[in-house]
Amino acid sequence: MRGLGTMTRTELMLFLREPVTVIFTLALPLMVLYVLNGVFGSDAAAGGGGDGDFIVYRGFDAADWYTPAYVALAAAGFAFIALPAHMVEYRESGVLRRFQASGVPRGAALGSQTVVALVISTVGAALLLAAALLFAGASSPQDVGLFVAAYGVAAVAITMMGVLLGTLLPTARAAQAVGLLLWFVALFLSGSGPPPEVLPEGLRTIGDWLPITPIVRLLQEPWLTGDWLVRESLVAVGIAAVSGAVAWVAYRWE
Amino acid sequence: MTPVIAVEHIAKRYGDLQAVADVSFDVQEGEIFGLLGPNGAGKTTTVECVQGLRHPDEGRVWVLGLDPRNQAGALRTRIGSQLQESSLPQRMRVAEALALFSAFQPDGPPWRTVMDQWGLTEKARASFGSLSGGQRQRLLVALALVNDPQVVFLDEMTTGLDPAARRATWALVEQIRARGTTVVLVTHFMDEAMRLCDRLAVVDHGTVVASGTPTELVDAHTDGVTVTFTGPEQNAELAEALRRVPGVADVERAGPQYSVRGGPTVVAPVCAAIVDHGLAPPDLDVRRPSLEDVYLRLVSGDES
Repeated sequence: MRGLGTMTRTELMLFLREPVTVIFTLALPLMVLYVLNGVFGSDAAAGGGGDGDFIVYRGFDAADWYTPAYVALAAAGFAFIALPAHMVEYRESGVLRRFQASGVPRGAALGSQTVVALVISTVGAALLLAAALLFAGASSPQDVGLFVAAYGVAAVAITMMGVLLGTLLPTARAAQAVGLLLWFVALFLSGSGPPPEVLPEGLRTIGDWLPITPIVRLLQEPWLTGDWLVRESLVAVGIAAVSGAVAWVAYRWE
Repeated sequence: MTPVIAVEHIAKRYGDLQAVADVSFDVQEGEIFGLLGPNGAGKTTTVECVQGLRHPDEGRVWVLGLDPRNQAGALRTRIGSQLQESSLPQRMRVAEALALFSAFQPDGPPWRTVMDQWGLTEKARASFGSLSGGQRQRLLVALALVNDPQVVFLDEMTTGLDPAARRATWALVEQIRARGTTVVLVTHFMDEAMRLCDRLAVVDHGTVVASGTPTELVDAHTDGVTVTFTGPEQNAELAEALRRVPGVADVERAGPQYSVRGGPTVVAPVCAAIVDHGLAPPDLDVRRPSLEDVYLRLVSGDES
């Protein structure tokens, strides 16, 4: 599409000129990795090993269980918190009106935000994976190719949810509050924070219905077993398609 | 000649607010046409309807032979727009902004040429947030012209500028017209409208209350010129002579203070009559009604 490339490049440059956002975006996943690994990490797999103990992490090593889940969290950190606030701020401050009046097509405005978010999430994910493999004792994925494919689907789905938030939320303040809330809910209930096995039944059910949960599982499976979760991948594609379509229809310039 | 813009009885309502009730006007090619009115009169909504950024509830709009309602895309390549209450990202640089906006307008001149034309080259690497008010307007005008448009819409472009920057911005507007581009100027400043506009429409409460050239408006809606001076305390003959000057409507005298009211051509003969009576009053003053008087008469002052 005409202008999409220029717009994406410009948006990336603008992002890099915001040092606080850059640091937040890249440091958040590393911090999460460090803290959660400290809390839940190492050999909790057997839950103590005594009689009546339940198995957590489905019996896998904690670092292996968490690393792919954090990839989803890292992407969500940008897509749920930074991206909607940025999009809403553009709308509130009149930048979008300026774009609209100058003939910027909706596809370029939405597309550039999507591509920039994907690029940033991917850089964050790469950093996170490097740190997990080098310092947190994670073993490499069972099937690298399937994991990369799962990442592609997951990143698009998570980013499109963020784009949808940025389209629907009315103010930058609301965007920040809602984004943070959603990110913490995702952290605690999707299987990327406390092991799902230790959650009370009610919370576990909520977790099962969060859109982020199938995405986390989709990323974990190729890493842990080398398998591809067909149902979860279809759900993720569905989330991406529905979020994108609703954002497209509901997009407002002011 | 077919007008460049034809607006026929448009109306637009937001909920309970009737922003535009009934607005019609034509804009001819190559002129600077002004929409003058107080804040909230419906000027901005009107130009937004004309640009296809909003759609009127009633009435019809034609711009360059296109219908903004369903030909907004085609229209966008032929008009330029400097919007009120629009902005650029604070950290976007001047050159970046021009490159970005021209990327969506492939038929326009190279953006570096536009940057040069508008004296922005030395600010190429400056961020939008670091520009002064006048420099921002210069950039926004340049952005409105990256597609070499036939019509440019300028909305409240001097609000918040200091007097020097306002004058510099006026020069920009005249520069745009000198290129042959038709300009639609939205303003609530009388001096700006008087100085720049070839024709204008005064808008209040969503309707056009008067339109014409600035001179036509002044002639039609004011009581004419007033000449005041201090003369002799008792001189009935002078007062009588002044009354006889063709075009004089009224002579008032309060002690030595004379006040002569009449049409726009009475100034010279009135002065001649004063000189004929051997007077050269040092405080002689001519007050010509301005657009401001028209405005104050036509526009209801809700804001006082």
